[in-house]
Amino acid sequence: MTPMRTALQTISFLGLALTVIAPLLAWAGGISLETNKTLLVAGMVLWFGTALFWIKHDPSANA
Amino acid sequence: MSPSARPQTLVERLDALYEYDREPVHEKKLHGGKTFIAMFAGEHVAGTEFVLGTLLVAHGVSAFDALVGLLVGNVLAVLSWALMCAPIAVRERLTVYWQIRKIAGPYLTIIYSGAFALVLCLLAGAMVSVSTTAIAHPLGIESANYAAGERWPSLPWMGLAAVIGAVIAVLAVLGFERIAHFSKVCAPWMPLIFLAGGVTGLSLLGVRSPGDFWEVAQTRIWTGVPFEGQSKYGFWSCVGLAWLCNISQHMGMGDVTIFRYAKKWYYGFASAFGMFIGHYLAWICSGIMCAAFMESARAAGVASPNPTPGNIAWLGAGWAGLVCVVLAGWTTANPTLYRAGLAFQAATPNWSRWLVTLIAGVVMIATACIPAVNFYLDRVVGNYGLFFMPLGAFIFIDYWVFPRLGLERNFAERHRLRASWPAAVGWFGSVIVCFLLFAKDNYAAFHGLNDLLPAFLARYRPDFFMQVLPEWLLAVTLYTGCSFLQQRRLRPVGPPR
Repeated sequence: MTPMRTALQTISFLGLALTVIAPLLAWAGGISLETNKTLLVAGMVLWFGTALFWIKHDPSANA
Repeated sequence: MSPSARPQTLVERLDALYEYDREPVHEKKLHGGKTFIAMFAGEHVAGTEFVLGTLLVAHGVSAFDALVGLLVGNVLAVLSWALMCAPIAVRERLTVYWQIRKIAGPYLTIIYSGAFALVLCLLAGAMVSVSTTAIAHPLGIESANYAAGERWPSLPWMGLAAVIGAVIAVLAVLGFERIAHFSKVCAPWMPLIFLAGGVTGLSLLGVRSPGDFWEVAQTRIWTGVPFEGQSKYGFWSCVGLAWLCNISQHMGMGDVTIFRYAKKWYYGFASAFGMFIGHYLAWICSGIMCAAFMESARAAGVASPNPTPGNIAWLGAGWAGLVCVVLAGWTTANPTLYRAGLAFQAATPNWSRWLVTLIAGVVMIATACIPAVNFYLDRVVGNYGLFFMPLGAFIFIDYWVFPRLGLERNFAERHRLRASWPAAVGWFGSVIVCFLLFAKDNYAAFHGLNDLLPAFLARYRPDFFMQVLPEWLLAVTLYTGCSFLQQRRLRPVGPPR
């Protein structure tokens, strides 16, 4: 696995983690609902900005 | 006229279209379990999950009905995939098209393919409608509130749906490999947005600790009281909807086309990833978002809140929620339209792929502009499942039971029949009888049937979504009984297989 791929994957999973953690923090009262929504956008950008480059498509898997 | 120049019949064109899939899948092309887990997890988180979870809240299911009923229904769906669909798929390794053709003959297969293409257009239209509600939201274009009597959307909304539908149709014409890749990228993220929206919804509904959940679930989410003008659903409706929702794919055997690539039959259990993420977690989260939206809107003085996918996702997850709605609708509408175009292509006189796909796209856009489709989406899904399921029942019985009864398998194919009358009687007979038994108590025009029926049938009050079992039993009984008559009349060409 190349360092570039590892870096991309790390950022991707950080994006997913943010998507899970932000609403839980809002529920616990740690952040406001508006901040929660901003963090969800940040998580989305991190995920799509990196996952597109390392998730490969296997056409033969489209059974 | 040379044979190649001879105009092809509808049957020949349909066969040619699926010619590539005529032979069983070769062992080298088989896939491991991970492929099926990814496929199910990705394919069953669609834009329509935002609608179905909302509909359960609107139809007044209780918290127990929703949480336990959906659990039971989804377990039944997974068992149907794992024990009915996948085992036959890995033994025969043929598409559903060829399996139906072998037992029902080409004419019934054409009816199946044509009707399925129309249904795919309807479903793609529902998904375009879902995506449109999300894009309309920030543009300030109101989506039609069907419950409040708005039967048609505004012209700007229709224009927006037409643009979104046109983009989807063009992408389907160009081929959907890139879209399939993008769907794969979306798959891990979308369920988390449902979850985020659900957790935010719980915050808005006043759940401060896990101990508060059940109280809030019973009194403010799944209250057991339907919205004004909606019918009441109960436990069995939840079980039935979760089971019926993909029935054309499991008991109806549509997914033998996918599982023919599986190395082992038990990969059928991979469907659990689709069901429990898409049809359990996502439906529950969209139900929570719907309840939170209705409370917020009423608190803001809105008399008739409109819980569209765009509105509830905006409340639950903001811009990320809106993007999720658009992508969930788009990534599933695209392959759905592509497959509809493929099926329609066979029924047209040598029209090109781009032309039939664009025509299917027009049907899809027209459907997207009918708010009733999403308002009654649970019924639409239920009706099409009940319509196609009997053919899957015949595949199951033909494979497992016919040899034990001394009946020939694949009778239509072996005797070169254009149409199998036992399959026709079993298919249309079971669908019509089950429809009439439901209609006699639910549609005024059919109330008179109760006076004509024997007392035990007049007393029978089927739940719409729980007609699966009676219809399956009736279909296989009619098919098997008629097959006995048919095979006793005709001399077999060889020993039973």
